[in-house]
Amino acid sequence: MPITLGLMLALSFVVSLAALAFLIWAISNRQITVDQGDAETIFADGEQGRIDNQGTEAGDAERRHVFDPVAAGIDAVSARPVIILLGTATVWLVLGSIFGLVASMKLHLPDWLNQSAPLTFGRMRTLHLNLVIYGWLSLSGLASVMWIIPRIFHVPLKSPRLVLIGAVLWNIAVALGGLAIASGWTDGEEWLEIPWQIDMLLAAAGACFIAPLVRTARARDVHHIYVSGWYFLAAILWFPVLFIVANIPGLYSGVEEATVNWWFAHNVLGLWLTPLGVGTAYYLIPKIIGRPIYSYAVSLLGFWGLALFYSQVGIHHLIGGPVPTWVVTLSVVHSVMMFLPVIAVAINQHVTVAQNLWALKESVPLRFISFGALMYTMASFQGSIEALRSVNSITHFTHYTVAHAHLGAYAFVSIVMFGAAYYILPRATGRAFPWPGLLKAHFWLVTIGFAVYFFSLTIGGVLQGLAMLDATRPFSESVELMKPYLEARSIGGSLMTLGHLVFAVNLLGLAFYAPRHTQAPVAAE
Amino acid sequence: MNRYLPLSILALAILAFATLMLVIAPGIQINARPAPEGLRPYTEAEARGREVYVSLGCLYCHSQQPRSGDQAPDGERGWGRPSVAEDYAYDQPHQLGTMRTGPDLLNVSARLPSEGWHLTHLYQPRAIFDWSIMPSYPYLFDHKDTAGPGDVVVALPAAHAPADGVIVASQKALDLTAYLVALDRTYPAPTNGLRDHGYGSSEGPEPTPAEEAR
Ligand code: HEM
Ligand code: HEM
Repeated sequence: MPITLGLMLALSFVVSLAALAFLIWAISNRQITVDQGDAETIFADGEQGRIDNQGTEAGDAERRHVFDPVAAGIDAVSARPVIILLGTATVWLVLGSIFGLVASMKLHLPDWLNQSAPLTFGRMRTLHLNLVIYGWLSLSGLASVMWIIPRIFHVPLKSPRLVLIGAVLWNIAVALGGLAIASGWTDGEEWLEIPWQIDMLLAAAGACFIAPLVRTARARDVHHIYVSGWYFLAAILWFPVLFIVANIPGLYSGVEEATVNWWFAHNVLGLWLTPLGVGTAYYLIPKIIGRPIYSYAVSLLGFWGLALFYSQVGIHHLIGGPVPTWVVTLSVVHSVMMFLPVIAVAINQHVTVAQNLWALKESVPLRFISFGALMYTMASFQGSIEALRSVNSITHFTHYTVAHAHLGAYAFVSIVMFGAAYYILPRATGRAFPWPGLLKAHFWLVTIGFAVYFFSLTIGGVLQGLAMLDATRPFSESVELMKPYLEARSIGGSLMTLGHLVFAVNLLGLAFYAPRHTQAPVAAE
Repeated sequence: MNRYLPLSILALAILAFATLMLVIAPGIQINARPAPEGLRPYTEAEARGREVYVSLGCLYCHSQQPRSGDQAPDGERGWGRPSVAEDYAYDQPHQLGTMRTGPDLLNVSARLPSEGWHLTHLYQPRAIFDWSIMPSYPYLFDHKDTAGPGDVVVALPAAHAPADGVIVASQKALDLTAYLVALDRTYPAPTNGLRDHGYGSSEGPEPTPAEEAR
């Protein structure tokens, strides 16, 4: 048995490497052609070389809107589902952040709000996680997908009504899931707490998004599928598969269940949230700046590298645990291999921004998105290092992991989605944000708040881990030394939550107080 | 990258491959192992208690997977020998956990076998440790004027006791405690038990001095 399993390990690694080598060979020999010219398919005629920043900057309301008939015809169809997806996502964001803040405060005020079971840390934290992941990030990511896919394919979204149905079902499932968790009805595994009965509804909702995207892809008016499309089209298939396989009731138990749990949980990050965030950045960074991304061929490497390596990293959540050594090693190796696709994405996105720094001043959405893209690189580098056995021994069971989780899910995906919402909504509604200063306030609140959150838990987490590894120090020391860092996290988290309220106010402002553009792109709505 | 169908097929094939490696192969390997002789299934009360543990989310602060002495001093802290996959044969949902905001609990009963201790601790952790940040669980208990027949009264220091009457354990508290008192997997590990041996020899890690002493 051990020999065959060692072989499996080697096999997996060799297959992944061979696939990658083939890809590089194919690109360099033009077997697969991705022309730098294909990177320009995201622009309509005359759009290149001009910043795309309507609706978010001061003085913009008076500026004449540049009318783009192609984009208008396309955007008009996606507008309604996208507005609904983003609006409901924001509700979950605000609720989820409040639960996160309450959970955070409970860790240094343990006797606060303890009167009933739904208020306990274990449930507040779980509500927080499920609402921000399945409510906020998934729905806002889907909004980006529904907005961007028709634009890169130059055709209006097909079956927009099915998307609407999906959005409604998804929201019902998240709401029911939240109620279930609060009442103590849970499947009991991290990231899979929502009871499987409700998960079926969520999976059905997810399936509603597939057909419209496939139909749009097949009806497309351009030959080439732009890089964001690869990420989105793959993710929209990956998620339902993952979600259904992981939720099959009664099939797994014991440690096998734990490997399924972490195979799922890391793939939700790697094959769902990450492609949503990376794909959005890949479209909006060049689009806002008005210049194509730096090296289009490298983006292919980034995508397939992500698929090959990210899909196998899940067991780095169980390092040092009761799982076979070879699976752990497999996941550690693939975690380190993730440097490759991450660097590929970094080259494309950061170089494009770095060559056009002037644009950051002109566009607040770009500021969010390029900051988020940078945090993707940071979170991934940190994660690859954190997966090394020696480092993981210190950080595994500590708040260091929580800091890392927020670097990825928050500073990367959430902040990209803030930028995307600010870019999309003026175009979807034909209005401008009434208080552009509040967009900047949002940016600074969440970035400063996040910095406080991240650095306090990172430093505290390392100290906590070192204390736990030192047998001469009682366990209580690791608890007591964390308290000031946990308090600091609550302060950072309050700033973040305040930023989210400002975000919600901005959206309300757009809905109720916004000046209309004279030539609204969505006149038909 | 111009065709939709090859893109989808390849993307799903890669996911299927990952599923084979991370789910199916280890699943076959783990399921081939019998439950250890020293491990017994949970009784009804213990299983109910485990449900309380799951539903209150103890998992988010407590792991159930002591590490080997090669990696961390878990054994010396009294958290038990390094656990192996076989130790979890009856666990569903698994509660391995990824946080140690509180200590590992896989063998908590070997350290803290007293039911009374757990009831006090659940009612108010700070009645036992002033430094603890664990939540109190008052809703698992009832405040009564006098204890009825069969009531289990919780022992409390004056600072945490109610001004009058007594605190008695609810059925949930008793079940949860039954589960905690059952958490003891200190029986000898099966030979060649499945676990991550990435830190030591595959014969199993060296026992720590504290483990040796037991
Ligand atoms: C939309 C924004 C946010 C996202 C996407 C997010 C995501 C996450 C994730 C993925 C986890 C699980 C971490 C792990 O298991 O290691 C988590 C836990 C947590 N988050 Fe957030 N979070 C967000 C905002 C916040 C805010 C504003 C606060 C307020 C302080 C907060 C406080 C917490 C706390 C206290 C935990 C539990 C940590 C523990 O178990 O000890 N989060 N969050
Ligand atoms: C009902 C759920 C829980 C149960 C059954 C439980 C059980 C226990 C037990 C038996 C101990 C004593 C272990 C020892 O002293 O070595 C303990 C300690 C601890 N727990 Fe929990 N726990 C629960 C929830 C939590 C939660 C949600 C937190 C985090 C906020 C937490 C944080 C701690 C900490 C910091 C300690 C160490 C100090 C102490 O013993 O109070 N616990 N827990």
